Amino acid sequence: MKLIYEKSERGRRASSLPRPDLPRGDVPESLRRTRPPRLPELSEPELVRHFTALADRTFGVDTGFYPLGSCTMKHNPRVNERIVALPGFRDLHPLQEEAASQGALELMWRLQEILGEIVGLPAVSLQPAAGSQGELTGLLLMHAYFADRGEDQQRREIVIPDTAHGTNPASVTMAGYEVVGIKTDRRGNVDLDDLRGKVGPRTAGLMLTNPSTLGLFDEGIEEITRIFHDAGALMYYDGANLNAICGISRPGDFGFDIVHFNLHKTFSQPHGGGGPGGGPIAVRERLEPFLPVPAVVRDGDLFRLDYERPKSIGKVRGFCGPFGVFVRSYAYIRSFGPGLKEMSEVAVLNANYLLARLKDAYELPFDRLCMHEFVLSGRRLKREHGVTTLDVAKRLMDYGFHPPTIYFPLIVPEALMIEPTETEPQETLDAFANAMLEIAREAAEQPELLKEAPHVRPVKRLDEVRAAKRPVVRYGFGEGDEPQAEGTPGEVRQLEAQKGA
Amino acid sequence: MSFLSLTEQDREQMLETIGVDSVDELFEQIPAAVRLGRPLQLEPALSEPELVAHLTELASRNADTGREISFLGAGIYDHYVPAVVDAVLARGEFLTAYTPYQPEMSQGVLQAIFEYQTAICELTGMDVSNASGYDGTTVAADACYVAKHATGRSKVVLAETLNPQVRQVVKTYAPGFGLDVVEVGHRDGTIDPDELQAAAADAACVIFQQPNFFGCLEPAPDLAAAAGRAGALAVAHVDPVSLGVLEAPGTYGCALAIGEGQSAGNYQSYGGPHYGFLAARSEFIRRMPGRISGETVDSEGERGFVLTLQTREQHIRREKATSNITTNQTLLALAGLVHLSWLGPQGLRELGETCLALSRHAQGRLSEAGLELVFPKKTTFKEFAVRVGRPAKEAIRDARSAGVHPGYALGRDYPGLDDAVLVAVTEKRTIEEIDRLVEVLTA
Repeated sequence: MKLIYEKSERGRRASSLPRPDLPRGDVPESLRRTRPPRLPELSEPELVRHFTALADRTFGVDTGFYPLGSCTMKHNPRVNERIVALPGFRDLHPLQEEAASQGALELMWRLQEILGEIVGLPAVSLQPAAGSQGELTGLLLMHAYFADRGEDQQRREIVIPDTAHGTNPASVTMAGYEVVGIKTDRRGNVDLDDLRGKVGPRTAGLMLTNPSTLGLFDEGIEEITRIFHDAGALMYYDGANLNAICGISRPGDFGFDIVHFNLHKTFSQPHGGGGPGGGPIAVRERLEPFLPVPAVVRDGDLFRLDYERPKSIGKVRGFCGPFGVFVRSYAYIRSFGPGLKEMSEVAVLNANYLLARLKDAYELPFDRLCMHEFVLSGRRLKREHGVTTLDVAKRLMDYGFHPPTIYFPLIVPEALMIEPTETEPQETLDAFANAMLEIAREAAEQPELLKEAPHVRPVKRLDEVRAAKRPVVRYGFGEGDEPQAEGTPGEVRQLEAQKGA
Repeated sequence: MSFLSLTEQDREQMLETIGVDSVDELFEQIPAAVRLGRPLQLEPALSEPELVAHLTELASRNADTGREISFLGAGIYDHYVPAVVDAVLARGEFLTAYTPYQPEMSQGVLQAIFEYQTAICELTGMDVSNASGYDGTTVAADACYVAKHATGRSKVVLAETLNPQVRQVVKTYAPGFGLDVVEVGHRDGTIDPDELQAAAADAACVIFQQPNFFGCLEPAPDLAAAAGRAGALAVAHVDPVSLGVLEAPGTYGCALAIGEGQSAGNYQSYGGPHYGFLAARSEFIRRMPGRISGETVDSEGERGFVLTLQTREQHIRREKATSNITTNQTLLALAGLVHLSWLGPQGLRELGETCLALSRHAQGRLSEAGLELVFPKKTTFKEFAVRVGRPAKEAIRDARSAGVHPGYALGRDYPGLDDAVLVAVTEKRTIEEIDRLVEVLTA
């Protein structure tokens, strides 16, 4: 399919703009644009057809089943899109006077209260833009907290299990801390012996995803809490998998001091092809003074923004955060009320049902009931038939399904990480399970069918190594190759199809 | 519950297949002591009509820009969002897709990102753009991180005329990044290149804004040259809708160009979600944060697109990644691409000229009416600062009661400017509305 720039014809345009009868404003010649940007020149009909064609070549939850582990690809209710487009939300300027934005402030305050109740912690900041920014914010809070106690120079380490998302160690580096890695034991829990040897006076905190990326709730959580509290360290809960435990268990009750939410996972902000997201954080009382400004507070019947927080870490994003995301998530939670528990129950039920149907055909590295997701290994298919997990993933496309997350978590070879979410009917789960079983048979009988997959998508299998070796990251307008750096062999090798969530 | 799809019969069958008697059994791996044991204390569930009524009531207590004549800007602007943007964003395939990890499923969104990257490069005169950052503040912190690693220096210099929120975010990130932040004050509304050069000694980068927070045009080429003489990378924070009229940062020697994308294609939405853009010269491509879509071929040699240079990213490089960013702002960046494609080069220039002409007209009318511009000697773009002869907060309150929001009170960020209002004039404002502004500010 042509790029929009290849459809461009000089002199065409879609836009019409007001032309007030005023003299042109002068700008010093040295600051005026000399060469116009080569933006597309298309009429509106062509524009609409172009983006419709691109939409047709994109697969969303609206298109079909999307069991990407750790991404919580649930249905996005359409009423939320109607609500977020109300002019009182959509066309509200973030610097509008507080008296004239009471509805927005009240919505944020209510959402803070709700999120605090869900995780059992009293203070919430909605500001972080996504989960990974919530992580960074949480780590900066640890910094500020220990600096306030005079322990910042001593506590330099953050403990992270080997099942963690890549964002955790990346956030630790950005926050100026050092990563201490912890192993996973044979039941898929944090290895407590390894942990005991690595937590001490240098430890600032733990970052834990629970249930973990293996889809397992850590059975040793009470002992983990004891170890960190005895060491005077803080505990950070990565809320990526919160969809498993809403109304069932609360991180604040099992010892965590800081929690981030992924509003785009648990509370149904549409993922938008990569974003936007929302990454609010909730904290215990002793960390509240350090939260980002402004805080949204209630004074009687009025709501206001409070900037007078002398110990605050500052701002991590503009204004109060991604407000439109708050509107959708607030609406989503209000649709459930206390029945939010059922959301998690069905998410766990759906995952266990799929697991039960698949665990004989694929290997299950940790043989337990799962929470909202589970991880299978394609190791046997590789050993016996030379078929990789990547091949299985590509073949699933031919059956009309988005593949699961693959090659993550890193501790499971040939991993397939499957999260069906609560919104799928049993028929869809069965159709997916049948496809997975059929693919396992095909792997034995016609492995080339998998190796050459996908067969029915608009493109065949794409060459990712080539893309990284000689990066072309913008259209060249027929000027020949863009000046780009060459890839290094080491980097290309690392590209081995690792894809986490 | 309308968002769940299982019947009672489904549940029973599924439990039987799993081999357990109840859903509760599935949760036995959670130690009893850490289970909640009571219902969440949340208000009762709302039906869809009740939900809409409740949220409509909340929305009705906000004064949106359709309800008063608004000259509020200071980083977020009341520009027109064309209908075609709404139509494209309503497509469920774009709205509900995940990050395109599986490129064969996501050619549409990958091509859209590639086209967006191209548009941002064209606007800014740069070689590479990422797929978006969170907003116009966080991309500034990202730029500092790139500059620190590219130069091996840890000082960053921020112009005082850079949006105060952008500066606050850089300062919040600074301790983690190991950055020392230095600010350079303004001289009558803009930055002096010599002062900037002195401050930039041993600095990794300098960030200035064009047009700056006061709406004034900085001597941007001179600032970029001053940074260069000090060995620091020049980073321009730019407004996309200005770039049909104003020179591209790449043309005057900047290493990176960043900005808030909201002006191009996003509603104000009380501050977000929007997109931040980050573009650079090609030499920085391997230090860029975030997703990048790249061209490749499929097994039959046909062109296709994939997420590329992923070895920079957290899911592969973990603690050695160039950033922790994962979720970005793709949908908002798509809106930006659609808006910029709707405008085309002609439309973008016209839009800039219209904002410029209306803004000049407003300045002239306010001056004639006896109000004093804060920086009368400086050329401005769509925004300008004017003294209202009394505390700005009072003037704003009174103007609002007459149906006009005159702009942002600058005193909150700049001591000594308590009587100044920052007025933004977009293409949506009319000559008649500017007359109303003059009336209410001189009443």
